[in-house]
Amino acid sequence: MTVTDWITTPVNWVFAIVALAVLASAFRVVTAKNVVHAALFLVATLAGSAGLFLILSAEFVAWVLVLVYIGAVIVLFLFGIMITRAPTGYDESLDGDRKIWPAILSVTTFALMTWASLEAFGTRAVSNPGEGTDTEVIGIALMGRFVVPFEVVSFVLLAALIGGITIARRDLTPAEEEERTLV
Amino acid sequence: MLLNQFLILAAALFALGIYGLLVRRNLVLILLSVELMLNAVNINLIAFESVFRSELAVGQVFAIFVITVAAAEVGIGLAIVIMIFRNRRSANVDDLSLLRW
Repeated sequence: MTVTDWITTPVNWVFAIVALAVLASAFRVVTAKNVVHAALFLVATLAGSAGLFLILSAEFVAWVLVLVYIGAVIVLFLFGIMITRAPTGYDESLDGDRKIWPAILSVTTFALMTWASLEAFGTRAVSNPGEGTDTEVIGIALMGRFVVPFEVVSFVLLAALIGGITIARRDLTPAEEEERTLV
Repeated sequence: MLLNQFLILAAALFALGIYGLLVRRNLVLILLSVELMLNAVNINLIAFESVFRSELAVGQVFAIFVITVAAAEVGIGLAIVIMIFRNRRSANVDDLSLLRW
């Protein structure tokens, strides 16, 4: 596949626009000086990723991402930010002082991973783009071949739920405890 | 569409997540960076699935598992952050040096 082929395929323009939006908002997630802004930029990043999943014809996973991440996880993050009464305005102390080594490390990681995937896959194309995935197939896989991991994951969720409540609950002082037993 | 355009985008997201994880000093923002990295993994899984097209849609099933585990991780992580904030009045990791040698 030559560069001209790549540019003349309309789906690649969609990809380029979505990818730029994802990268820009992901950059703002790690650089924003406001906690709430960082969380909201993560919404943009995740919405862009859902768009990429739609391009890759993984519709079910795309909507699961929208429901679980944008609908639940981000709301949880915002609740966490508000409940802790953390400073929500502009805040200089969100970042550490030394940024050069983390930057070098992340650029090196990016270069290494890019080199590895270019070596391994070269110009390999995505097969049958635009052909949707049957959600039935995913359901049958989840309830058949992957039923044990599925149950384990649901147990993990339950344990995380109970653990989260236990950790975040405020312990009563002895006086309050006594008051409660009297009532 | 090439496979590599998705893999390189995911690598960039992962690298940004690493940068945020190391630079940020606020616990909530560190959790946000972890979410970025998990999302990069999901993009990789979906991209590989659309290339290798397994019969059971394994890539998509595993992406769903990753999303579920990430949700559990956020729940526990934020509970811990709230607990730390309640005890120490701060969500800054530099203030949490109690176990530092």
